[in-house]
Amino acid sequence: MTLDLWINSVYIVAALLFILGLKLLSSPATARRGNGVSALGMGLAVSVALLDQGIIEFKWIVVAAAIGAVIGTVVAKKVEMTSMPEMVALFNGSGGLASLLVGWAAIEGSTSIFVLATIFLSVLIGGVTFTGSIVAYGKLSEKIDGKPIMFSGQRVFNGLLVLLILVSGVMFSVEPNDNTMWFALIVILALLFGVMVVIPIGGADMPVVISLLNSYSGLAACAAGFAINNNILIVAGSLVGASGIILTQIMCKAMNRSLANVLFSGFGSVSGKAEKIEGEVKPISVEDAYYVLEAATNVAIVPGYGMAVAQAQHVVKELQELLEANGCEVNYAIHPVAGRMPGHMNVLLAEADVSYDILLEMDEINPRMDTVDVCIVIGANDVVNPAAREMESSPIYGMPVINVDHAKTVFVLKRSMASGFAGIENPLFFKDNTRMLFGDAKESIGGLIREFE
Amino acid sequence: MDAVFLTFILMLSIILGFELINKVPATLHTPLMSGANAISGITLVGALAYAGSGYVSSGATSLLGALAVVFATINVVGGYLVTDRMLAMFKKKDGGQG
Repeated sequence: MTLDLWINSVYIVAALLFILGLKLLSSPATARRGNGVSALGMGLAVSVALLDQGIIEFKWIVVAAAIGAVIGTVVAKKVEMTSMPEMVALFNGSGGLASLLVGWAAIEGSTSIFVLATIFLSVLIGGVTFTGSIVAYGKLSEKIDGKPIMFSGQRVFNGLLVLLILVSGVMFSVEPNDNTMWFALIVILALLFGVMVVIPIGGADMPVVISLLNSYSGLAACAAGFAINNNILIVAGSLVGASGIILTQIMCKAMNRSLANVLFSGFGSVSGKAEKIEGEVKPISVEDAYYVLEAATNVAIVPGYGMAVAQAQHVVKELQELLEANGCEVNYAIHPVAGRMPGHMNVLLAEADVSYDILLEMDEINPRMDTVDVCIVIGANDVVNPAAREMESSPIYGMPVINVDHAKTVFVLKRSMASGFAGIENPLFFKDNTRMLFGDAKESIGGLIREFE
Repeated sequence: MDAVFLTFILMLSIILGFELINKVPATLHTPLMSGANAISGITLVGALAYAGSGYVSSGATSLLGALAVVFATINVVGGYLVTDRMLAMFKKKDGGQG
């Protein structure tokens, strides 16, 4: 009993360290320390968990932890910053699977309805997180088609699936002595449901999905905490759950859509009603673009997923330095849903050694867009689409966008005139102050750098 | 009573979580997510007891526990390391602007 008390006191300290760690994450200057503090909390929690008197054999613990540690280390060291969304998706899945397994292991000897119900929840949420994350990973890494997968009767099918899951959950919880079949059914249905939840969501909506799955992985840990009556799992799990939900909200707001709309509408699968945009596209040569930039005193760079694909962040930083040496003020304007996960662009630019104080959020840059001489749009499309303000018929009407068209001149770096990921027309390309710099973003910027030198 | 007590903890932590996360700037959202990945590996704490329960005495339970330890450790170790790697890149440079 006293050992138990001791273990739980250490859990309280660990919980405090997690909270302190998150608090330090409120500024880039202290964030790294915050991560260390959080890791310390985890170290403490794991250390005292090893004192549990139920542990009579350390062999499997050592083997399993070693395997996990090696995989985790290799992945963390090797992963490219551009592939961060895929990695986070896989980690979400791995967390979900761990909670499913702990829930499963907790069945032995459990008889109370409350405990069985929480086991059901941890297996359900863990299973959905696991397969949902695998599908999200597949879509992000383009191993499976990023387009929404819809079929007729999908909603009815999913509705039945939910009903069946609930029935199995209830049957599993009220029949402690003979529930093996129900449990097997829950596992299978949960795994299937995870797939069904993510397939109708398009690639461009992945920031929302990853945030949501992030939240689920925390909630699964939380449910497992209820199942095994462990406070630290509940505290840590709900912190993660809350974090994921807030990010999900931010992403939805940045796209002016409800969560339900993101999850069920199959956005981007239907297009066609778009009205014809009149006007002429005005291309510009690298040389002419250089003359404009050379005379500019205030430049804003708007990165999008295309910058990540072209791996152009390092040349962008080089261009930024040349512009600054030329007496020009350079800022980056970053839309909340630019890239494939929240904050993706910021990490890429940090990797290229761009100072974080010139990475501006949309609300910061928009009011002063009038004073910007040149706005350079690199691989971004929907997040700078003025149709969101001007064209009520546009599918993205009402979405907050970076008002690049308010700058004196806009350069759009683009491979060709094909429309963006969501297949939406962009009237920005036809504006009087827009110039298109066609070609690979990395090469175009490289060309500009050569002109400066 | 247990259920009430645990739910009480849940409520407080969720409210605290909302307060804390709302203060994280957009520029750190990716490290926030990978850091959250690491924290969700807390399941490890629960998995250890099962993994160590002895294969002879508890059979499948210890096997499930060991598997859970593998996946939770991936989260903990990978999550913290990659978050640290990312945060180390966030630097502020003085006099960078003209």
